[in-house]
Amino acid sequence: MERSFKNHLKSSFAVSIAITIFAISLFSCDSSSSKQENVNVKADHAFPAADADNGGLTLPENFGAIAVTDSIGRARHIAINNQGDIFVKMRTLADEKGVLYLKDSSGNGKLDLISGFGDFGGTGIAIYKDFLYCSSDSAVYRYKMENGIVKPNTLPDTIVTGFIVQRTHASKPIAFDGNGNMYVTIGAPSNACQESPRTPGSKGHDPCSQLDFQAGIWQFKAEKFNQTLKDDGHRYATGIRNAVAIDWNFKDNALYALQHGRDQLSHLFPEYYTQEQSAELPAEEFLKIADGDDFGWPYCYYDQFQEKKILAPEYGGDGQKIERCEGITPPILAFPGHWAPNDLLFYTGDQFPEKYKNGAFIAFHGSWNRAPFPQQGYFVAFVPFKDGKPEKEWERFAEGFTQVDSVMSTNDAKFRPVGLAEGPDGSLFISDSAKGKIWRVIYYGNKLALKD
Amino acid sequence: MRKGLFVLIAGIIISAWSCQGKKEETAQKEAPVVKEEPKPAAPTAEDVIAAGEKVYNTYCMVCHQKDGNGVAGMNPPLTQTKYVLGDKTELITIVLGGLSGDIEVKGEMYSNVMPPHNFLNDKQVSDVLTFVRSSFGNDADAVSKEEVATVRAALEAK
Repeated sequence: MERSFKNHLKSSFAVSIAITIFAISLFSCDSSSSKQENVNVKADHAFPAADADNGGLTLPENFGAIAVTDSIGRARHIAINNQGDIFVKMRTLADEKGVLYLKDSSGNGKLDLISGFGDFGGTGIAIYKDFLYCSSDSAVYRYKMENGIVKPNTLPDTIVTGFIVQRTHASKPIAFDGNGNMYVTIGAPSNACQESPRTPGSKGHDPCSQLDFQAGIWQFKAEKFNQTLKDDGHRYATGIRNAVAIDWNFKDNALYALQHGRDQLSHLFPEYYTQEQSAELPAEEFLKIADGDDFGWPYCYYDQFQEKKILAPEYGGDGQKIERCEGITPPILAFPGHWAPNDLLFYTGDQFPEKYKNGAFIAFHGSWNRAPFPQQGYFVAFVPFKDGKPEKEWERFAEGFTQVDSVMSTNDAKFRPVGLAEGPDGSLFISDSAKGKIWRVIYYGNKLALKD
Repeated sequence: MRKGLFVLIAGIIISAWSCQGKKEETAQKEAPVVKEEPKPAAPTAEDVIAAGEKVYNTYCMVCHQKDGNGVAGMNPPLTQTKYVLGDKTELITIVLGGLSGDIEVKGEMYSNVMPPHNFLNDKQVSDVLTFVRSSFGNDADAVSKEEVATVRAALEAK
């Protein structure tokens, strides 16, 4: 609390400076100056002040946050139009609606719930060209947008259907490249492809037929209607247990994703793993993905301590053996186990300091699978990228979501970060899955003053 | 005379041996009962709860969590739900036989598979269910190992 209060003092001070700077820039703004180069110096728009408590978040120095809405329901991923309005994909319907549309209609920095549409719950949502793409757990649809909004009674077009109905890891997050392709994660319908699911000692199916149409990322044509998984989907990458966090990096033209590693090593194979090891292993893997890559699930997992892909115990592994995992593509960065990376965003704005540009924000949803130890990983991380590679010294960018000192059970966490989006002005939006709170994070430092 | 004595002794030995064999057989069948006989007193409610909590921490907590509230969307809560507080046969059946498919608890859907826990013995199952039914704000009566045995027999007969 003390920390956030200090932050608040800093931010209030920073806000006054920022407002002064914007006021000055208003007067000095030359009509020929390019808006595109400096999106954050829009002459008609100063940033609203941060909340006194930064909406409960702890942020790096000179950053502040506004809780733009606080309880819209079970939110998942979010998308933002060029006016800063937000579309939220809901996991379960909120007042019968699967997508909620929020807008700052009074200009006070807070969002108002304007409308909802769509009769399906799900996770994936993204704006591509003039369309809003949304996924249920079994299909991808899109809505035509006009001036950034979806008009009432707009019927969706069907882009892809035919995903296998599955209960575990059913989310279908989506991403787009610059070449007319859409990428959809299809999670594995199990923890480790065991003959008897989640049963101690049960062997893995070999081969694991779940890999045929699941446990990977599939590529589709972004604008072709009525594609099906089996007829039109191209298996772009395989051996990925579940990657809810995916994004295309336009800086190096590649797909990136974070894999949720498998659960319960010590519970299922106590002869090879202690509870301590099982709480940390395997790593949550940050993957750079090329067409045709195989990341090894269910046969292999990544051990961040040995820095190797290790043979899974369901396939004869003992925590050390490698065997068939030799040569399997490793992650570009490994995080501790079970943190559940649920969204990835490459930051392209100018609102944040230079080091954030083209780096990766990752929303970790937080663990449930570390018992008997406290749960961890309810925060937003930032991974700087240098020369197209992640730096190992990543930072805890936004914390404080849980509102408690220690999370013993998942429900102790008041909020859980699940979605990320960048506003047109470069501010960062974070959605929460527990209550449906959304934060807008703004940099209130004096970057412009220093530059000028 | 000597011959007669030998036959007699041999007869005694054989009958003693075969008797021992029978005894062992009987002992095996009734093993749990025999084992419990030397115990000075029946376990108290506190003993049962403590034993149940140990089973819970080993086999259940990882999914259902320390507070019994489960994990949103994945593992259902064990608090204030008819699955736990209602019909004991149904509850024992879930533990022994597992559960898969979407399950709705208090208006929320949960998706993870629960494997069969029939590797737990009757006492472990009754202990853990007694613990769960009287913890996390729950207040329902105990489950006996005889009730577990009955359900197990019925499931195995299927």
